[in-house]
Amino acid sequence: MSTMNDGKPGDAGLVRIDGVEKTFRRASEDVHVLARLDLVVPQGEFLALMGPSGSGKSTLLNLIGGLDRPTQGTVTVAGERIDTLSDRRLADWRARHIGFVFQLYNLMPVLTAERNVELPLLLTHLGKAERQKHVATALAMVGLSHRAKHYPRTLSGGEQQRVGIARGIVTDPTLLLCDEPTGDLDRKAGDEILNLLQALNREHGKTIIMVTHDPHASARASRTVYLNKGRLSNEPVS
Amino acid sequence: MNTLVNWFSQIGSIVKFGLLSIPQRRGSVAATVIGIAGVVVVLVGVLSIAAGFRRAMTASAAPDSAIVLRSGADSEMVSGFGRPQVRLIADAPGVAQGPKGPLSSAELFVIINLPKRSTGTDANVPLRGVEPAATVVRDNLHLVAGRMFEWGRNEVIVGAGAAREFAGLEVGSQLKVGRASWPVVGIFTANGGVAESEVWTDAAVLQGAYNRGESFQSVYTRLTSADAFQPFKDALTTNPQLNVKVLRQSDYYAEQSETLTRLITTLGVLIASLMAVGAIFGALNTMYSAVATRTREIATLRALGFGSGAVVIALMLESLAIAILGGALGGALAYAGFNNFQAATMNWQSFSQVTFAFAVTPPLLIQGIVLASVIGLIGGILPALRAARQPIASALREL
Repeated sequence: MSTMNDGKPGDAGLVRIDGVEKTFRRASEDVHVLARLDLVVPQGEFLALMGPSGSGKSTLLNLIGGLDRPTQGTVTVAGERIDTLSDRRLADWRARHIGFVFQLYNLMPVLTAERNVELPLLLTHLGKAERQKHVATALAMVGLSHRAKHYPRTLSGGEQQRVGIARGIVTDPTLLLCDEPTGDLDRKAGDEILNLLQALNREHGKTIIMVTHDPHASARASRTVYLNKGRLSNEPVS
Repeated sequence: MNTLVNWFSQIGSIVKFGLLSIPQRRGSVAATVIGIAGVVVVLVGVLSIAAGFRRAMTASAAPDSAIVLRSGADSEMVSGFGRPQVRLIADAPGVAQGPKGPLSSAELFVIINLPKRSTGTDANVPLRGVEPAATVVRDNLHLVAGRMFEWGRNEVIVGAGAAREFAGLEVGSQLKVGRASWPVVGIFTANGGVAESEVWTDAAVLQGAYNRGESFQSVYTRLTSADAFQPFKDALTTNPQLNVKVLRQSDYYAEQSETLTRLITTLGVLIASLMAVGAIFGALNTMYSAVATRTREIATLRALGFGSGAVVIALMLESLAIAILGGALGGALAYAGFNNFQAATMNWQSFSQVTFAFAVTPPLLIQGIVLASVIGLIGGILPALRAARQPIASALREL
């Protein structure tokens, strides 16, 4: 069993993974992606999850974000076990607790930046004026107020990712999950995104879990764990 | 309440993305719209023939007008009366009175051959002998050219439909009936009704020309009111001197048009149904491509918390919107192409031609839109379910 507990003794942590296994069936073969993982992520941590391609980083992130369910074990976020929730309740839970930032930004091409950022707010009970206020705040936090009316195709990769981050934080989620957020950006734009994530963590206390294979990116995190062949360790595997 | 608003808001957003992204897949959307429009054109077009035929057959039949035939006759062709019976019918209770007596026209009906303008081939055209009350026992008869024939002379007036469809019926031309030539002296309209397909002359003259003595085939009457029909019918059917069948004119013509309208309707629905199956595959293809090109977007929305149910409903609404667009286009094309298209066909009950105009009626357009909607919904459901069931984690990685 691989255990990564950085919380204080007795600290339940914001995210708690206990004995999680994940097996996919490909053709007639079972592929074991995660093997009995334990991980605790305390509130306010900026955790980098590193590992080579196919090591199971994204799978683990999907389990934490309620996009997938473990084959075995439990996933608890903010005191709630999410691996047993129905699809519908899981969708509601994601809307309330999780902000996602994707490698390819995943913006809606037919919507302007501000309408993209507004999307998660459509799942809340906020009125239009309130939503507009939240959108403006989120865009200001990522420094893109002046690009609010622009469509994604007119924005640079870095700007699109900043819109993606604004969308991720606009509902003030419990947890921000970033899957290779700099993976599609050049070094300069990537640095800007990392600066932004770091600021969100340090200045706003946002708990962030970031999947990356870039040591330069993981260096910005407050802790890095490594995943290799479905197992976690505190040290990179050569 | 808030949850419901929230749910509608989710659906609205997804529908909006779908509709806004149509320009990116305009080819497949256009093919579906055109395919569905084609189905609707065929359905509405074919059914407009039946509707037009039925309208022509019933257009001049007011509720207070009746027709009397010999008992057992299902058309004028096989009916027959003598003068005494005709008098009894005209004197029956409920028959309206005009300045010159009862509004009752005893008529006879023969078939003549005239060449169709469109093909040059001979067709059966009804030549009807009428009495002076004939123009008031039917609704909306108007002379639009020439004059009324003179009673007692070999003259005819011609219905506008017959004049349009058959050669040699212009005012001033001579109609050859048997060995005699009868001048055409006028053209009349009858609100598009079946009388417009006929040639009219004095009944007495026609009886002479065809050696019919004093026999008639039907009696058309105008009643004092629609409610007078039942007493009129009862008086005639209980009269031992008569052996008759009494019908409202509207019912008689509806019955006359039934065989053909049923045949056309069955054919139209059959053809449109077969085409609809093809159109469903078109809609399926469009929506599968819509889902395929937006796999990542839909997965992203679901990752953000949009529900699967909202995704299904939204994609079906999108499919419905595309289908309704196709239906509206088809309806408009059918209206432009078929409404008031003039034609003539055989009325199998009277073995004579009936001229009529195709009628693209509002109920037909609604039927077209309903069919388009059904195609859209059936075509949309499988792709929508697929989009909602795709695992989010893998769909997010789709390019």
